[in-house]
Amino acid sequence: MIITKNLQKAFGDHQVLRGIDQHIEKGEKVVIIGPSGSGKSTFLRCLNLLEEPTGGEIYFDGTNVMDPNYDVNQLRQHMGMVFQQFNLFPHKTVRQNITLAPVKLKGMSQAEADKLADRLLERIGLPDKADSYPAQLSGGQQQRIAIARALAMNPKVMLFDEPTSALDPEMVGEVLELMKELAEDGMTMVVVTHEMGFAREVATRVLFIDEGVVMEENTPQEFFSHPQNERLKDFLSKVLH
Amino acid sequence: MVEWLQALYDSFYKALVPEQRYMAYLSGLRMTLLIAVFAVLLGAIIGILVAVAKVGAKHSRNPILQVLAKICGAYTTFIRGTPALVQVMIIYNLVFTSADTNPVVVGAVCFGINSGAYVSEIIRAGIEAVPRGQMEAGRSLGFNYVQTMRYIILPQAIKNVLPALGNELIVMVKETAVVSVIAVNDLMKMAQYVGSRTWDVVPPLVIASVIYLIITVFLTHVIRFFERRLAQSDHH
Repeated sequence: MIITKNLQKAFGDHQVLRGIDQHIEKGEKVVIIGPSGSGKSTFLRCLNLLEEPTGGEIYFDGTNVMDPNYDVNQLRQHMGMVFQQFNLFPHKTVRQNITLAPVKLKGMSQAEADKLADRLLERIGLPDKADSYPAQLSGGQQQRIAIARALAMNPKVMLFDEPTSALDPEMVGEVLELMKELAEDGMTMVVVTHEMGFAREVATRVLFIDEGVVMEENTPQEFFSHPQNERLKDFLSKVLH
Repeated sequence: MVEWLQALYDSFYKALVPEQRYMAYLSGLRMTLLIAVFAVLLGAIIGILVAVAKVGAKHSRNPILQVLAKICGAYTTFIRGTPALVQVMIIYNLVFTSADTNPVVVGAVCFGINSGAYVSEIIRAGIEAVPRGQMEAGRSLGFNYVQTMRYIILPQAIKNVLPALGNELIVMVKETAVVSVIAVNDLMKMAQYVGSRTWDVVPPLVIASVIYLIITVFLTHVIRFFERRLAQSDHH
């Protein structure tokens, strides 16, 4: 579904991604871990071109998305993204947050979109929050709504950029639980996270990115029980207590 | 003392009542308010476009946008760096040379162009105060740059700067007095007209200034009221 070839990204002189080759299949749940500053978020943000790669190629369903004639906005409609800071629209209600994109971009009628929002809110367990504003909700609730907002566009793949890192500890569980349900429903997911438990339980493949390259990748069982790379061993010894 | 008060009363009476002179002030006030409101509306439209072009150019390498932003920059520099009086004279003599131009249109265009420069800076600050993540969230859903601006960034930016925009309206009400130099019968011009009839220049000007003051103080209170309303919707 997504193929990257020798993907590179530099900010000025600073080379953040040094050539990443990945092949993400439909239905896969790829979890990316690595120390901060390793380039893992940059890699994720390159996939929907929020960051413009400075080298290499990205293919989505067989099309080169870095072709200047390719419609980036079309690509992004198929790739939902969830951010560390939720980024809900504070001037809109929960329902409006969810319905804005389907109505304006897909030509869905407002009534139809409202029904969709109600269904999604039911699914994420917040059916009574439709008319609330983001500021009235907890971080965990906001992040679940951010996930619903992305799902409303019926994406083919969901990108998660450290979705639980900005949450109070007691709210991490509810967001991970929702992501787990999403995975069980067969959604293709690429997740940058520090939640090793989630990686172990949900991932079909775990990547360790450091210094802008994939240092190791494996099934979660092998990845956590028999790490090969020295830096990965070092990293795991620090994060798994 | 009594005589002096009597003379004062007479001169203000003369400036206000005979020949229905109070109507002159009212028609002048009407003109002033019309010009101010339309100028701010036009200024808001110009201001939003200029602000979006400037902010957009900052995050893009599109050459057309870069040129556009340069032009917008020259425009704001010129308007903010020269007296409104000079600008009004230039625009009037450059554009409105025929005799039957509508004075409201002349005033509104002159001050709309003037106000746009100030409003654009206000709105630019408002846009830059909206967190970066909002643009990213909009783009990640598939909105293009202009759509994200329109549906997500600008509503938040304008809400942030509404008090400053209200102040701009107050400034406009006062600034429009300058249009009296291009034969527009605004409040200032009408005060001068009454003065020329009574041979006593100061009382009509004092009356005009009191009217300006009433309007600006009233607008200040209206703006404060809206500020409080907006603040309420922020913390629920």
